[in-house]
Amino acid sequence: MIEALIQLLLIVLVLAGSGFALIAAIGIWRLPDALMRMHASSKSGTLGGSLLFFAVAIGLGEFDAVVRALAGVAFLLFTTPIASHLIARATYLLGVPRDPSQVRDDLEGRYDLNARVCRAPPDVVASASSQARAGDSPSTATGGGAA
Amino acid sequence: MSAVLAVAIWLGWAMLAVAFAVGLARLVVGPHLPDRIVALDMLALTAICAALLLALASASSTYVDVALVMALISFLSTVAFARYVEWVAFRRARQADPPPLDHADD
Repeated sequence: MIEALIQLLLIVLVLAGSGFALIAAIGIWRLPDALMRMHASSKSGTLGGSLLFFAVAIGLGEFDAVVRALAGVAFLLFTTPIASHLIARATYLLGVPRDPSQVRDDLEGRYDLNARVCRAPPDVVASASSQARAGDSPSTATGGGAA
Repeated sequence: MSAVLAVAIWLGWAMLAVAFAVGLARLVVGPHLPDRIVALDMLALTAICAALLLALASASSTYVDVALVMALISFLSTVAFARYVEWVAFRRARQADPPPLDHADD
């Protein structure tokens, strides 16, 4: 009985893990721009890999295999967000055209690529400083210009 | 290992093969540099999944080490590629007449 349940769990984990890897590939192929592709591959890829690591931990059952598999899950969960964030940042900085359905860009004009900093645009800086110090002239705000 | 689990592992191989082919197509087609990096990242993850399926099919924990090393290498290479793309972006910002985006890394 327990054996059958473990086999069933293994089957579900293997199929789900491979299926999520397939979903990541489909997302990479179907989605229209680089940021969305990064989104698809990072989320469902991490999930698929983690499910397969769990399948290995349950299926092998030896202590060292379980420890390695859990370490692998932790490693995936730690590194994939960092990697995908770095790719997204590089994509944004390179200025790859986005899909027309993406209508809003909160970072527009904030990155100064020459100074390599990200600042608030001048009007936002002015309004923030005038709210903070009412009566102070907004001309003191000299936030960075558009990149 | 029961016969049903063997069938499930075969199905997993098939799905991973399709995923690898699709990711390879995006790696070739990908119009810009970040698309190719994303595709490479996904291909490395598919290879990790394949190593794990192999560990499960052969019931040996050696392939788990392979998967761990692949995860490490894919993370480091993705970070390196992302830094490279940032470097290209900074260089393009300094250039008066930057090359077209399709050839941003020339």
